[in-house]
Amino acid sequence: MANDVLVVAERSGGQLTDITYELLGKAKELAGAAGGRAAVALIADSSGVDSLGAADVVYTVEGPGLEGYSPEAFEKALGAVVDAADPRLVLMGTSTLGLDLGGSLSVSWGAPLASYVIGLDTEGSDIVATSQLYGGKLLAEAVIDGPKAVCTVIGGSFPADAGRAGGSPEVVQVDAPAGLSELKARFSALREPDRSGVDITTADLLVSVGRGIGSQDNLELVEELAGALNAPLSASRPIIDQGWLPKPHQVGKSGQKVKPKVYLCFGISGAPEHLEGMRNADTIIACNTDENAPIFDVAHYGTTTDLFDLVPELVERLGS
Amino acid sequence: MRIVVAMRQLADLVEELEVDDSGTDIDREFVKFVANEFDESALEEALLIKEGVGADQVEVVAVALDEPDVDQTLYTALAKGADKAVKLAGVPEGWVSSHTRASAIAKWLESQQWDLVITGVQAADDLDGQVAGLLGRMLGVPHVAVVVSAVPEGNVVKVSQELGGGTVAEEEVAMPAVLGVQAARQSPRYAPITRIRQAMQAGGLSEETVEVSGDGGRPTVRRLYAPEKSGQAEMLTGSAADVADKIIELIRAKGLVKS
Ligand SMILES: Cc1cc2nc3c(=O)[nH]c(=O)nc-3n(C[C@H](O)[C@H](O)[C@H](O)COP(=O)(O)OP(=O)(O)OC[C@H]3O[C@@H](n4cnc5c(N)ncnc54)[C@H](O)[C@@H]3O)c2cc1C
Ligand SMILES: Nc1ncnc2c1ncn2[C@@H]1O[C@H](COP(=O)(O)O)[C@@H](O)[C@H]1O
Repeated sequence: MANDVLVVAERSGGQLTDITYELLGKAKELAGAAGGRAAVALIADSSGVDSLGAADVVYTVEGPGLEGYSPEAFEKALGAVVDAADPRLVLMGTSTLGLDLGGSLSVSWGAPLASYVIGLDTEGSDIVATSQLYGGKLLAEAVIDGPKAVCTVIGGSFPADAGRAGGSPEVVQVDAPAGLSELKARFSALREPDRSGVDITTADLLVSVGRGIGSQDNLELVEELAGALNAPLSASRPIIDQGWLPKPHQVGKSGQKVKPKVYLCFGISGAPEHLEGMRNADTIIACNTDENAPIFDVAHYGTTTDLFDLVPELVERLGS
Repeated sequence: MRIVVAMRQLADLVEELEVDDSGTDIDREFVKFVANEFDESALEEALLIKEGVGADQVEVVAVALDEPDVDQTLYTALAKGADKAVKLAGVPEGWVSSHTRASAIAKWLESQQWDLVITGVQAADDLDGQVAGLLGRMLGVPHVAVVVSAVPEGNVVKVSQELGGGTVAEEEVAMPAVLGVQAARQSPRYAPITRIRQAMQAGGLSEETVEVSGDGGRPTVRRLYAPEKSGQAEMLTGSAADVADKIIELIRAKGLVKS
């Protein structure tokens, strides 16, 4: 209905993930203010309804073609749910799901789209979305005044607790859309990352390095420090993508979530996707020559000393 | 097989970004513009496909809207091995929305033969979504975001897509299709300056004018601003030696340094 807010649920390993509850909590608040309902779309898998008590209604859609994950199949299924639910606002995570489906829904449904959202409010009948742009360096406050909108939200922006409640919301089964039998893209397999070798998720202390290190040869410097501290070396994504360290060393959205006692990082800017993996560390100490780097917003201690000056000093004090 | 690589310019994030007088855009006057890093990966994946399938069987065309310093990016693409580079004129100045970008590229593609469009998974100013998904829908072809490998086989492309936490989904996608690349199978190659100069002298960059339709998909930005410093980080100051002393003290206080 016209004032409803629809959340697209996400799963990992079959379980509904935090982002689903984060969005549902927000949906409840926004829909409540406008006299609408909070709704959840369960695509492909209808389990978990009993954990969605914060919702007024849950739409489910199942059918052949939705096994595994394929953006094309999910796009069609989401289209069917949106047609049935006719909401004011559709919320999803800025995850692979949101990157796949946000834009295409915006085009097919004819709705404006705000991505990288970290704040959502209403002003009269308008929706005001605050988005994190330029790697977290700037925020954009944008107004959506039409009858429809799509927002993709950065994980961790809203509390999940508000969306976690047991109960038995109304369940509406949506017919699988016709196109599922003639898909052009087919899911074939899931591959789990190689988790052998280092496990950065259990360490009390991590020495982490980002693109500020400049070159593979320079890695030796931080390796020496990690050795002296008896801590594993972790890294931001560009270090992994360039093949300088193997994937299990990656911290962030598409890497590992870590929560060490101390996260000591060098030359990492603090992009939202990196913060997603480490912002809950007990103590974050960040070295970055750019005093405006977003990493300093989450770090407890910071320094703008050049890492090439600082790391050797640290190594010298620790001996090897 | 013809692969179109959609590339773009972006303010260099390493620089200080200031908001202009309108309060709704960055001050573009003194900003350095560089190629979007994810588009560089998109180009790399296209070049890897060309090498894998056979150089004489794949044509790689780099295309970009006419934006500051984009010639440099397109000539670099040619120097790296793209067969053609096209600059699309007729686009508005300033902050071009993702919907406008996608519709301009879609419009141009109407006059082209193509099997794959590859672009970066995102750009840092994508307020209204990412180009791959928008473009895929506008063209009515399948699209996949967060791609880390794309290998064509007959008339399908085998795609690896990263889900959360490093899990990868494998998909077979019939061409034509649009891919948003997160990372290529290898890090982007380097183009020597001499080769870029040669490309410039050879003048392989063509310019075409496209019709651009509205900004309808982007919400109205009423304020662009630097986040308030939460003031969380306590800054350690002094010489490198002073800072090192303090850091060791902090770690030691947690019982994480032995001596
Ligand atoms: C779908 C998706 C998933 C992603 N997943 C992840 C993920 O899991 N993990 C991740 O990390 N990223 C991820 N990213 C990438 C993310 O957007 C950023 O590109 C990345 O985190 C940037 O890494 P960085 O901070 O090392 O590099 P940059 O942003 O380039 O920062 C380098 C920093 O080093 C500083 N510096 C330079 N020289 C020095 C010096 N001498 N001393 C001290 N400081 C210096 C600079 O000031 C700069 O701030 C993902 C992106 C997408 C689109
Ligand atoms: N039934 C589903 N509902 C929503 N998202 C899903 C579903 N199945 C898979 N996904 C997406 O695929 C990712 C991996 O899921 P899984 O294959 O369960 O590990 C999730 O993070 C979602 O982005």
